[in-house]
Amino acid sequence: MIARPQPQTLSEQIFSEKAGKPVMAGDLVVIHPDVAMGHDSLTPGIIKIMREQLGINNVFDPNQVVLVMDHVAPASTVGTANAQSQIRKFAREQGIRLFDVGRGICHQVLVEEKIARPGRVIIGSDSHSTSYGAVSAFGTGMGSTDIALCWGTGQAWFRVPETIRVAATGRFERGTDAKDLALWLCRKMTIAGATYEAIEYHGLDWLPLNEKQTISSMAIELGAKAGIFPVCSETCNGSSLPDWLQVDSNATYVRTVAVNLSQLQPQIAIPHSVDKVVDISEVEGESIDVVFLGTCTNGRAEDIQRAAEVVQGKQLRIRMIITPASSRELQRSIENGSLQILLAAGATITTPGCGPCMGRHQGTLAEGERCLSTGNRNFKGRMGSPDSGIFLASPAVAAATAVTGVITNPKSLACETELVHA
Amino acid sequence: MPRIWKFGRDVDTDQIVPGRYAPYMRPDVDVGTAAFIEAHPEFNEHALPGDVIVADANFGCGSSREYAPQALYNRGIGAIIARSFARIFYRNAINLGLPVFVSNELCYQVEDGEKITLCVRTASIMAGNETFQLQQLPPFAVQIIEAGGIAAAVRATGKFPEGIA
Repeated sequence: MIARPQPQTLSEQIFSEKAGKPVMAGDLVVIHPDVAMGHDSLTPGIIKIMREQLGINNVFDPNQVVLVMDHVAPASTVGTANAQSQIRKFAREQGIRLFDVGRGICHQVLVEEKIARPGRVIIGSDSHSTSYGAVSAFGTGMGSTDIALCWGTGQAWFRVPETIRVAATGRFERGTDAKDLALWLCRKMTIAGATYEAIEYHGLDWLPLNEKQTISSMAIELGAKAGIFPVCSETCNGSSLPDWLQVDSNATYVRTVAVNLSQLQPQIAIPHSVDKVVDISEVEGESIDVVFLGTCTNGRAEDIQRAAEVVQGKQLRIRMIITPASSRELQRSIENGSLQILLAAGATITTPGCGPCMGRHQGTLAEGERCLSTGNRNFKGRMGSPDSGIFLASPAVAAATAVTGVITNPKSLACETELVHA
Repeated sequence: MPRIWKFGRDVDTDQIVPGRYAPYMRPDVDVGTAAFIEAHPEFNEHALPGDVIVADANFGCGSSREYAPQALYNRGIGAIIARSFARIFYRNAINLGLPVFVSNELCYQVEDGEKITLCVRTASIMAGNETFQLQQLPPFAVQIIEAGGIAAAVRATGKFPEGIA
């Protein structure tokens, strides 16, 4: 642990440790990130930049690189199949860890495999790499050229960000959860509200890991560079906890956003922006064609179980596509019975991965269709036709909406039966 | 003569290039052909090399997809001048060698379709009969753009551009 001349934010602590000297917000550092992740959508392009533009044939450190097949899984075209075949060959040649089709979404897999750990710096070819903040890592998304530079040289450059503190008090009322907080933050801070800045979440140590992942994954929707939770032994179960990484209340925060969780209503983002968020009461009764339960934001077993609790004993009026975040989450959802409830009610299930989140397969939207998704983005045309629309909400709202066919507050559906944990 | 294409605030990367048009999905097609293909078909059909995008705040928000700025670069867009940029897009654009300038006022001072002359080196533009001085790019960004992108710069010097390292 390096000496700290002044109080630091979690981001400043992590970058100081990596740089081997104390650094503060605004400083530029070149470091060796612990992990540089690539997924199937961009890895062929990253390899090309590394080899053709940088003139480097082999990755600098195979242990630093992780590859995950999740964006089109399994392949849907000859082109995507060829790309995936190339990635498998590259991983074999270079001795790189590859998590193949069906293992799950990169951000879930890296947490499950404990590749994402407290105090690490993790860059990924995906903007939702902020997700790793759930386990107190500094995770951030970068473009293909930055990832290629890191694969080729082992290094990446960063400007140490300023930090915004989210200070939560109270507990969620029944029918609301971490997704409602994530959407409320978009509403309160706007889509550009944290650009170039990191967020620290205080007062939420009691949240289970899956809900922290929901919140960290959506830090990018505020433009944030990272969204970090303080180290917590329960969340980071099994990973060694760095004793140098602790919240220092005297650190400099650019501002504080206070929220009382008990006052939150279920929140809904309406088309076509993540910060067009309203209380559910403003859009209850709006018709929906299809519900999508999945993504790095809300595709875990707890999310599927929450949906099953709402659906139990009822039939779905509209299509419901479930894409578990990983093979482990799929197995957990089978073991605890929640998938059985949802399938019996009429839902369907796809391969673990990103599913239809970016409109490429497994549920692309038609002209005029309206989807209620548990995902993180509702930009125009993201899931398919530019004439479709996406609403974003929690798994409970998604499930209630699938039952009625219109946007529905789960509180208004009877849901007495609680699932028993397996 | 190059023209201005004006955009509003929060132009997201799904508008610049929808994920369905990624090189992954269309490996044999120049991604430049997909620039604003659904969000702004007129731009998609008529934007010419040297044209300049002038936008309100938070240009390029959303995904880390480098093929969004790559599409604009491939179309020969001379520069993007916005009130602010999303972090990953700004970094990606500079890495590719696509000039990105921050100007708080310009989007209120020029019109869509206006003719424009741009000098990246001096950060100045002429639109109509007026000359506007933009804030200069940081020195490392100038180095990267002049080298033709950060990959070329690192390949030539063996290290990250000065000012970063």
